[in-house]
Amino acid sequence: MAKNLVEVKNLKKYFNTSRGMLHAVDGVSFAIEEGKTLGVVGESGCGKSTTGRTILRLIEPSSGEVYFNGRNVLKYNESELRKARKDMQIIFQDPFSSLDPRKTVNQIISEPIIIHNLIPNKKDRENRVLELMETVGLAERLINTYPHELDGGRRQRIGIARALAVNPKFIVCDEPVSALDVSIQAQILNLLKELQEKLSLTYMFITHDLSVVNHFSDHIAVMYLGKLVEKAPAEELFAHPLHPYTVALLSAIPVPDLSERKKRIILKGEVTSPINMPEECRFAKRCLYTCDACKDHTPELREVYPNHFVACEFPLGV
Amino acid sequence: MEKSKVVSVLGVTATKKYKKLSQIAEIWHNFKKNKGAVLGLIVLGVITVIAIVANFAIDYDTQIVRQVVSERLQNPSWNHPFGTDQYGRDIFLRILYGARYSLSIGIVAVMVSLAIGGVLGIISGYFGGFLESIIMRLCDVFSSIPALLLAICISTAFGASTFVLMIAVGIVSVPAFARVARAAVMTVRDNEYIEAARAAGATRMRIMFTHILPNSLAPIMVQVTMRVGSAIITASSLSFLGLGIPAPAPEWGSMLAEGRSFIRDYSYMTMFPGIAIVITVLSINLIGDGLRDAMDPKLKR
Amino acid sequence: MKDKNLILNIENLVVHYETENGTVKAVNGIDLKLEKKRAIGLVGETGAGKTTSALAILRLVPDPPGVIKSGIIELDGENILEKNIKELEKIRGKDISMIFQDPMTALNPVFTVGEQIAESIILHENVSSSEANESAKEMLEMVGIPGHRANDYPHQFSGGMKQRVVIAIALACHTKLLIADEPTSALDVTIQAQVLELMNNLKEKYQTSLIMITHDLGIVAEVCDEVAVMYAGRIVEKGTLKDVFNMTKHPYTEGLFNSLPNVNDRKAKLLPIPGSMPDPTNLSIGCSFSPRCPYVTDKCHEQKPDPIWISDTHMVECSAYDDPAFHIVRRER
Repeated sequence: MAKNLVEVKNLKKYFNTSRGMLHAVDGVSFAIEEGKTLGVVGESGCGKSTTGRTILRLIEPSSGEVYFNGRNVLKYNESELRKARKDMQIIFQDPFSSLDPRKTVNQIISEPIIIHNLIPNKKDRENRVLELMETVGLAERLINTYPHELDGGRRQRIGIARALAVNPKFIVCDEPVSALDVSIQAQILNLLKELQEKLSLTYMFITHDLSVVNHFSDHIAVMYLGKLVEKAPAEELFAHPLHPYTVALLSAIPVPDLSERKKRIILKGEVTSPINMPEECRFAKRCLYTCDACKDHTPELREVYPNHFVACEFPLGV
Repeated sequence: MEKSKVVSVLGVTATKKYKKLSQIAEIWHNFKKNKGAVLGLIVLGVITVIAIVANFAIDYDTQIVRQVVSERLQNPSWNHPFGTDQYGRDIFLRILYGARYSLSIGIVAVMVSLAIGGVLGIISGYFGGFLESIIMRLCDVFSSIPALLLAICISTAFGASTFVLMIAVGIVSVPAFARVARAAVMTVRDNEYIEAARAAGATRMRIMFTHILPNSLAPIMVQVTMRVGSAIITASSLSFLGLGIPAPAPEWGSMLAEGRSFIRDYSYMTMFPGIAIVITVLSINLIGDGLRDAMDPKLKR
Repeated sequence: MKDKNLILNIENLVVHYETENGTVKAVNGIDLKLEKKRAIGLVGETGAGKTTSALAILRLVPDPPGVIKSGIIELDGENILEKNIKELEKIRGKDISMIFQDPMTALNPVFTVGEQIAESIILHENVSSSEANESAKEMLEMVGIPGHRANDYPHQFSGGMKQRVVIAIALACHTKLLIADEPTSALDVTIQAQVLELMNNLKEKYQTSLIMITHDLGIVAEVCDEVAVMYAGRIVEKGTLKDVFNMTKHPYTEGLFNSLPNVNDRKAKLLPIPGSMPDPTNLSIGCSFSPRCPYVTDKCHEQKPDPIWISDTHMVECSAYDDPAFHIVRRER
């Protein structure tokens, strides 16, 4: 059995705001096998980005455990953490604000290499940058350009090259294609997939776009208001979604196919506030199938079919 | 592709081959488009040259300070382009010589403000928390005292000399610099590329110096140029009140003060120093505006 | 030839932006006819010229640097390009409205939503302010927001609700033509579904014609009757939904469909269109899509393609069809 590169246990992140305690991530657990991709899906405010950043300790978690290669990342001291950064990297959503506008492509990509002193010789470093640029499909002549001179697709490639510069094993992709045009999205997704095969990378792919995550993931976890509501292998999730939110999410995607005129499930109401959550199923207020049991406690994530987990009292189809 | 291989063989690295306009060159290119700013730059350049040359070309004792009673209170003429004052001193030469006081005080005072205020602002913006609160509250206290009054206090306490004047005017602007620096740092701090640097393993010092400082420079630079103008005016005001550079030094502010009693019949005595101050400060402000516009990436579109 | 049934008639519209770095040829001669009560999707990626076309219809293209170089724009028979500002102000908000992508900045934070809806009504209809406020409340109910919230300020609403308020303002005067520029891009997908359903219902109820600008072909399938695909300032293919979706003809349209991850077929490899949009200050003399087109011929580089009418409704601009045997890979469905 392949080993789990990343294991997250009961991760929590609460923010103390003036209006109360914000439960951004509320007890999330999952594991990612080496070389595989976990897609984490959800809409704004569900906590998926915070989860990604907390695993990398870009945000310090409130409680929980994160194991990378068997060791608890949350217990590292500062210098161990700095070393660990070579193995765990992140690709950001916004190709505009994720690159320092005052640095050239060369400086941006070589920075992680300089920080960890991987290639002390300047010329060798430059060759490595050129190599990385070629890997991600950036023309050699762009090496001294500034980010604002390039379009979104190229900037995102710079971000990917930067993440690859230290030869990481695990990359958190935080909505890497959401800000790009459709045809560029496809290019970047193909690139990421190629890189995964070539370099045996493990991905955590965060997105709100279910059609993208289908193409890209081995397993998918659906989040809502800080909790995991469903987790299953990708094909299984799309074939047999069990949580009412997953079903609604799937049906909400507009499909560019005239033969698929399906009956859409339109959720009522808005997403409730993640501050001071009452003790009930987070989704109860918008769910079409609630009953009393849903309102008095938060359902736990349990395995309903092999490898298929749902947090719901009455999963559909069971 | 072929060309680059040949070039690589010759030993020219790729970075040299594809050298592009650096950021500074781009800012200069934008700056040049602003006619007012360029005019300001030229005028300031001229004033600076005058300030430097005047030191060597004009003899202080014979031409600036020596009183020639026979030539007192003469209207502007070929001999004395700006006329003479009540002691017979040539005003034109005094104005030329006086440029050095205004410029040097303006620049040094702002350097003082920048050094103290800038550092305080960057620290409070980056570290936040308790440190930020203390620094900001101290700045609030200082800025609640009217600038001129504060400068007067410091001047009186330590005696009026050029050096004290520079420090006094400098301290007056510290809160403004601290605020601008803090705001600049806070805007930059929230950008994702800072997070990216942390994800790459950068230390806080590295982030501060390689990422935050260069990106915060723009608003701070603009403040610097703006403040030079107001420093000059503050210095002149202090001299006008007799608390600045002592007579008989031809500082423009004190020349204004001296001319006050003669303003009805010999208005040229106040007019020329006044114009000199206005032109200097105006040119600096034009440069500041031009710099701000040139550095603003959004205006590039 | 004035067709009484046309709400919008655009002929050979050309809009350029004259900047110091060159002339940006944003819109290069488009023809568009929209019948009353129909909805058309204007599809294309960033830089295709869709937003500029929409702004041109309302004469809102920033001038300078934008210039409407030529063309005819007729709204319900009236020539828009000949109207003066006063006449335009009467038309905007009443006969034709526009809603934009970002609901956060479209609403004025210092006025209540009720006031903002009522403002539109008062400007165009001869009613008292209390009547306008009543109508405003009704409009809120119409878009699914309780009427008593008319006294709340924009910051008290979520993104989806703000967009609904914006729709209420746009439809408050029973506008004849609504232009929606990527109205749901900034919204979550479940909220997007709500807003699209709302737009469909309102379209039915008020018999409003709609131009939906989007890059999402799925949204077009949900809401529109017709489609026009834009690339580098030209409409390269247009027709009914069936024409363009099931009998796709233009290589770019095919490329768009191929780039979309298919929810139903996860194994299918994504086929992105190689390269990127041409620089609008430097368009080639031939077909703008030729550098990226898998079916390119010599003629494509030298000459602009002529429009070919495949049926009464279906038009495509592609020189490859000079060869009567030519067809693209995407099969008819």
